Amino acid sequence: MSTTTYREAVRTALRDVLEREPRAFLMGEDVGRYGGCYACSKGLLDEFGPARVRDTPLSEAAFVGAGIGAALGGMLPIVEIMTVNFSLLALDQIVNNAATIRHMSGGQFSIPLVIRMATGAGRQVAAQHSHSLEGWYAHVPGIRVVAPATLADARGMLWTALADPDPVVIFEHAMLYSLEGELPENAGAVDIDRAAVRRPGRDVTVIAYSASLYKALEAAGRLAADEIEAEVIDLRSLRPLDDATIMASVRKTRRAVVVDEGWRSGSLAAELSARIMEQAFYDLDAPVGRVCTEEVPIPYPKHLEDAALPQPEKIVAAVKALFGAHG
Amino acid sequence: MTKHAEKTHLDRDHLLLLLKEMLRIRRFEERCVELYSTGKIRGFLHLYIGEEANAVGVMQALTADDAVVTTYREHGHALARGISARALMAEMYGKREGSSRGRGGSMHVFDAATRFYGGNAIVAGGIPLAVGLALADKMRGRKLLTACFLGDGAAAEGLFHESLNLAALWQLPVLFVCENNLYAMGTAIARAHSQTDLTKYAESHAIAAEAVDGMDVVAVEVAARRAAALVRETGAPYFLENRTYRFRAHSMYDPELYRSKAEVEEWKKRDPIPALEAWLASAGLLHADELARIEAAVAAEVDDAVAFSEAGEWEPIEDLAKDVMTPQRTLRREEAA
Repeated sequence: MSTTTYREAVRTALRDVLEREPRAFLMGEDVGRYGGCYACSKGLLDEFGPARVRDTPLSEAAFVGAGIGAALGGMLPIVEIMTVNFSLLALDQIVNNAATIRHMSGGQFSIPLVIRMATGAGRQVAAQHSHSLEGWYAHVPGIRVVAPATLADARGMLWTALADPDPVVIFEHAMLYSLEGELPENAGAVDIDRAAVRRPGRDVTVIAYSASLYKALEAAGRLAADEIEAEVIDLRSLRPLDDATIMASVRKTRRAVVVDEGWRSGSLAAELSARIMEQAFYDLDAPVGRVCTEEVPIPYPKHLEDAALPQPEKIVAAVKALFGAHG
Repeated sequence: MTKHAEKTHLDRDHLLLLLKEMLRIRRFEERCVELYSTGKIRGFLHLYIGEEANAVGVMQALTADDAVVTTYREHGHALARGISARALMAEMYGKREGSSRGRGGSMHVFDAATRFYGGNAIVAGGIPLAVGLALADKMRGRKLLTACFLGDGAAAEGLFHESLNLAALWQLPVLFVCENNLYAMGTAIARAHSQTDLTKYAESHAIAAEAVDGMDVVAVEVAARRAAALVRETGAPYFLENRTYRFRAHSMYDPELYRSKAEVEEWKKRDPIPALEAWLASAGLLHADELARIEAAVAAEVDDAVAFSEAGEWEPIEDLAKDVMTPQRTLRREEAA
């Protein structure tokens, strides 16, 4: 085991892929000489050269589209977009091309493309750099969407995503890059299909993903002091959703709260809530609770940003509300 | 590329081939109009009638391994590229024997065998795919080019400019073919572009460009062969603006309020098919019986395509979700591991 960071884990994953897979290359804004806007690719230009660590102009639509084309042409591109807000400039290419071409061509063409982007709030960068729009991507058939929350997943999901024949979008929460932790020296590829139980519990299932996982775990710790044992699930894959793991937990605990940094309306939390109702309604002792971001553009000042986002105390309150009805 | 490929050989056989290729597209689409009227073909149907010289001329300059990316007005490109009339017509019918198993229809023709990457119905949406295909060929050390067809309407999209910049910046072997038919749906070029000489856009992105008469198949072929040879030799992109005209509505029927009948009639005088026929006849290279023989062969091919499509099968509803994602996912993973 060695102490490392989420950022280092992403960089190690990128280096590993570039070393072992000659068709892989990284492209995006400032991934080369600058070292990546979150320093994820620092040093890789020197190691792999400008053809494989490729700085692009500020042309999200064109370089994402070029990534799709390069994947069609037999390469394995990893395209980095600085933030999910900027990815809207490339949404046409992702939704209209990457997600459709396999089906629309009658299965003739696969697009083994990986798109990585930062998501999420917490750095006081206001409403054009802070949103969590991964739920929009998770709406779209034809792509996989994953959200590594742990160091092991930051290290291991990239390989599996790149080996996948279909487009995979990886969301890295901006607040996680500096997360420190232990990672085994031989850490490697991990699955990108299944949700993981990060804390076992018997009384309530708290479903979270990405940086919200840590808020859910903190809430679970506080709830334990009140003798409520929360089981915390890390979704890991946002599309497809691992219904089996989620329902097994909910059937056991009979209560569920979904934590989602996206807005409540039309959210992943809404989808999860609906699925639990469809598949486990008669196992529930209380309605499904949701803790989502308030329906405002993320504001700049810290107190307002904090107020807009899911927080451990909101999760604690949402869980306790499920028990209130039954004393 | 050799000098041989760069040159256009204007012998009789080749000229008759050009004529036949244009007639195949014309007669195929005329039949599509009939089939649309009887409900056999639905959805949008964007006809290429009047513009045939462009697809036929440009395709002469491509090798079998080059890639093609095109637009939603792509029946001509598909036929001229070598996709069979059967597969194309079956796609129009929405039958599983179609080039895209019927999933795409008129606007989304794909064919792996000829490296034909669609049929893209988002204006300018295919352009960066062409840039990426050329990037892949370059990174893999393959001396191939990607032909990227687009229209004058696409030149107003940001993605057009972003993609041209990228192709020039990275020196990628893309042959851009802008089929300027003067209208983006119903918007005349002068009402949409501050610069109506579209070669200037390419030049401003440091891409060599020239305009060519898109109503003259020989002129198109000569320009395309020269351009393709340059792209292969230099690895850099090249931009052709083919000045052309569509004789029919934007998509099957529209009231054509945006242009006058007189204008359309004026352009029809430059119809590339009778023009080539007249030229061949005046040079003593085409006799009436020869033309009749070509027309009969084309008619038989179209009849056969229709019969094939009529006899085709519908994709079973159970296969609705097939190929949304790759089924043999683990195979690729093992291969890469």
